[in-house]
Amino acid sequence: MSDKEIVQRSEQEVSRPEQAGSEVLLRPAVDVYETEEGVIVKADLPGVSKESLNVQVDKEVLTIEGTVSLDVPEKMEARYAEVQSSRYRHSFTLSQDLDTSRIEAELKNGVLTLTIPKREEVKPRKITVNAA
Amino acid sequence: MLGSPFFGPTGLLEEFDRLQKQMDSLLSTAWPGLTNIRAGRAGGFPAVNVGATPEEIDVYLFAPGMQPDQFDISIEQNVLTISGERNDPPPENARQYLQERFNGKFSRVITLPDDVDPERVEANYRNGVLHIRLKRQEATRPHQIEVKA
Repeated sequence: MSDKEIVQRSEQEVSRPEQAGSEVLLRPAVDVYETEEGVIVKADLPGVSKESLNVQVDKEVLTIEGTVSLDVPEKMEARYAEVQSSRYRHSFTLSQDLDTSRIEAELKNGVLTLTIPKREEVKPRKITVNAA
Repeated sequence: MLGSPFFGPTGLLEEFDRLQKQMDSLLSTAWPGLTNIRAGRAGGFPAVNVGATPEEIDVYLFAPGMQPDQFDISIEQNVLTISGERNDPPPENARQYLQERFNGKFSRVITLPDDVDPERVEANYRNGVLHIRLKRQEATRPHQIEVKA
């Protein structure tokens, strides 16, 4: 296959970015679990470093934002791109039973793990049934 | 970095252009490097971007949650294969509300231009992106020919 061929038939669009204003945003793939302790959110944010990650809670809305940075050599031209935006964003609405003041965030190899603990008073309690 | 060639302007006209390209690619003109019968599904895991300079071909694999030694990268007859497995099971006793993240074995196959030198390949894994740099053979690079008087 010649390189010229590649130039002529350039990029193919496959990711499904959501449009917000004039900016195309990527919605990261997420997993959400609940344990007795709280809610765990895992988000795939490949290319996002700690410095370009922003996790914030405003009232009950948790927002994850990140910017992709790649090592791109000078004068590089795109030939093919499944990822066509450099910005990720995703929001969740948190319920009252979650303690937003104690959220823990860890970013490792492009995976963000958020641990959102439940408030002490709402943790499930085992109720023992006494024999009469 | 923001000036990356992958992430172009996103105004309305560009958006139409993007849709047009998407239509075209659906009809027939997918990048030939990823039309290999073993290429895997576009949009599957991991996503792939490819860039080129006169000196090299750069392949970016968006594969977060891996360790560098968990990738199996090989080149055979101009065909680059990257495979691996991502195993990230839910915590025990957890109730699952959403599972969008890929779990399991993956493989992506990319057909490279003919002038790639299989001996000069570098791979780096950073922030969940595997960056493979494949140098082109010296002889095929464009070069200036001096005209003597």
